Amino acid sequence: MDGVHDLGGKQGFGTVRYTFDAPAFHAQWEVRANSLYAFAVRRGVFNMDEYRYAIERMDPRHYLGAGYYERSLTGLATLCVEKGLVTHEELEKRAGGAFPLSGRSAGGRSNVSAPQRFQPGDRVRVRNDFVPGHVRMPGYVRGKTGVVVGVSPAYPFPDAHAHGVEARDEPTYDVRFRSQDLWPDSSDPALVHVGVFESYLERAT
Amino acid sequence: MTTAHFKPTAPIEARVKAVESVLRDRGFEPDEGLSQLDHAAQEEWVPQNGARLVARAWSDPAFRSRLLSNGIAAVAEMGLPMPRHHRHLVVLENTPGVHNVICCSLCSCTAFTLIGLPPDWYKDFEYRSRIVREARTVLKEMGLALPADTEIRVWDTTADTRYMVLPEQPPRSVGWAEDQLAQLVTRDSLIGVSRLA
Repeated sequence: MDGVHDLGGKQGFGTVRYTFDAPAFHAQWEVRANSLYAFAVRRGVFNMDEYRYAIERMDPRHYLGAGYYERSLTGLATLCVEKGLVTHEELEKRAGGAFPLSGRSAGGRSNVSAPQRFQPGDRVRVRNDFVPGHVRMPGYVRGKTGVVVGVSPAYPFPDAHAHGVEARDEPTYDVRFRSQDLWPDSSDPALVHVGVFESYLERAT
Repeated sequence: MTTAHFKPTAPIEARVKAVESVLRDRGFEPDEGLSQLDHAAQEEWVPQNGARLVARAWSDPAFRSRLLSNGIAAVAEMGLPMPRHHRHLVVLENTPGVHNVICCSLCSCTAFTLIGLPPDWYKDFEYRSRIVREARTVLKEMGLALPADTEIRVWDTTADTRYMVLPEQPPRSVGWAEDQLAQLVTRDSLIGVSRLA
């Protein structure tokens, strides 16, 4: 989905609030929120793709206003409700107030039916697909052409795995793009490497 | 003026406790599991792990080449942790002419068991949105001014492959013991937003 989470290349954000040796956590509840989602994944309540998609479905105002671990907790709580562990009403009763959750899940999709294999050196184009469900591809490479520079072991196809849709594991390719091909006349010269699932790619001529 | 159904949002700590209580009541027995994870996130998954890999790579050319060709195997050889869903570790070697930097524009994924849970700025929208498009400018703002002819490579962690930067060894440290070398390596150099002097 083309949500607000897909931030790569978006303009209007200011200077990075960088400090040397910045903390990962600012409060004890953040540590616990992180552990809770990891615990739920380990116990098989949901998988990482379901978790990422649950965060992406947050109301955009909530997503942008919440810190990282509030987003994490919201994804976790949404899935606890959707998996039938608790109702939203019960969760709010336990929390003693409103507990905002993510929006509804849309449909997923399977791998492409005729997979093409690629090799380092191949020129590839990211398919110009727009899907309502989960997709693990930053919008800034959609329709763009790059070169395969590496291949990773097969992973579950996220567009299916986030939705309980039957799917094959498939390789991801390290695809190298020129920043000036991604944002002509409006980027610093650099090479941008993205891990792209096979189903998102087609051969470029 | 209020509406009949308006309910203020519960404090975040209360929301965390509510979810925890649900897992407990549904029989997941979270007590031990959660304290183990709390401990790991703060004490076990730390940048000192990545620093040990770097120090060994600087000291031992054969290990360096194993680390660069198969990161997962080299990490296992050192007895360091990586979760099962990180099936591939790509170690990115900085050289005088090439500078690597990692990010995750879609969420904030990292090789957290090796470089620690990500620092606040890594998760912020400013870094996630800008580093892929304006890497040289952003790095400069963060205190790293790279020579104009240095090639910048940005690695966006969009699949479950993980990345770690292998910083250049400061010349003054050649011949140091591995323990001493490891102390030179910072988390930010493993992410690629700083270089070591």
